[in-house]
Amino acid sequence: MFWHTLGYIIIVIGVLFDLLGCIGLVRLPDVYNRLQAATKCVTLGTAFLLFGVFLIFGFSSTGIKSLLCAIFVLIASPTGAHALARGSHKGGVKLWDGSVIDLYAEDTLSDKNKGD
Amino acid sequence: MKYIGEFIFLLVIWVLLTWSLEPAQLIVGAVVSIIIIGLVGDVFLMQPQRAFNPRRVFWFIVYIPFLLWYILLANLDVAYRVIHPNLPIRPGIVKIKTTLKTPMAKTFLANSITLTPGTLTVDIIDNVLYVHWIFVKGKDMEDWTKAIIGRFEPILRRIFE
Amino acid sequence: MIMWMIYILLFSSFLCLYRIALGPTAPDRAVSIDILGTLIIGFCALAALTFKRDFYLNIAISWALLSYIGSIALAKFLENRSFDE
Repeated sequence: MFWHTLGYIIIVIGVLFDLLGCIGLVRLPDVYNRLQAATKCVTLGTAFLLFGVFLIFGFSSTGIKSLLCAIFVLIASPTGAHALARGSHKGGVKLWDGSVIDLYAEDTLSDKNKGD
Repeated sequence: MKYIGEFIFLLVIWVLLTWSLEPAQLIVGAVVSIIIIGLVGDVFLMQPQRAFNPRRVFWFIVYIPFLLWYILLANLDVAYRVIHPNLPIRPGIVKIKTTLKTPMAKTFLANSITLTPGTLTVDIIDNVLYVHWIFVKGKDMEDWTKAIIGRFEPILRRIFE
Repeated sequence: MIMWMIYILLFSSFLCLYRIALGPTAPDRAVSIDILGTLIIGFCALAALTFKRDFYLNIAISWALLSYIGSIALAKFLENRSFDE
């Protein structure tokens, strides 16, 4: 019974983090900031949800599957975020006007000039 | 040795997913594992003699709760910035230097940076990491390096090198 | 109580769809699609909890793998694409 209650509490926390991540996706100004909010909050929210399902079902077929899925989401999601950030920067998406510094653009552009 | 380690790893995942120990299931799992190793077995950088070194395993077990705690902090931080009516952000891409050598350690470092407060790895070129930071603090590369990876690097060095 | 959590997740999915519809650049849409995939994994977990069946989690695992491969492919595509065409 204790694990049931704890599982439901963790699921509620996870769903709230999902909601916050999606609000961040709408409110923040450019791709990189959106990627930050969305990746962190939604990844942890979904991992919490799956972990809560594991706590409720315990060591059974369902529980183990949700635990494996949670571990996979935690490993795969940051990697996808790196790829998307790198791809959009190379694709030419500028940072938001309020950004203070962009060393990556400086360095990669100087590399290109050297190549020419 | 490498292939045997991979075979055991894949078979354990198969057993966990099917959650039964019937002989028929085990035979199908073994066949599927052998096919997968035959196709992509060379891709993985697995070194069993290093993976089972007890000191590395100990530091890895220390690292997981440490990382989970910072992931939780990261989420509270991002949630605060998203709910705040004025959006307190000051984003920018900074670069930091790492002293880690192996590709595996760099991958773990990049993933840890992405999951911790306000930072997102954009690219790795040799030993320079480009990091998008939602609220840039500090002036030069030493400040940034210390603030972003100062707490992860010593543990990761003990695990992977 | 599970119904309320499903409503909250549905609302989050509509926020994602808003960003997909209005996102000013292509990477915005790619990010939203990635996030929508992760939300669908959450839906599958809640469905498994509601109906007490484990095959919803099979769907969740395969969806996680496919959405990971999909976002990597989208990122590779965005890298070589020029925006002033």
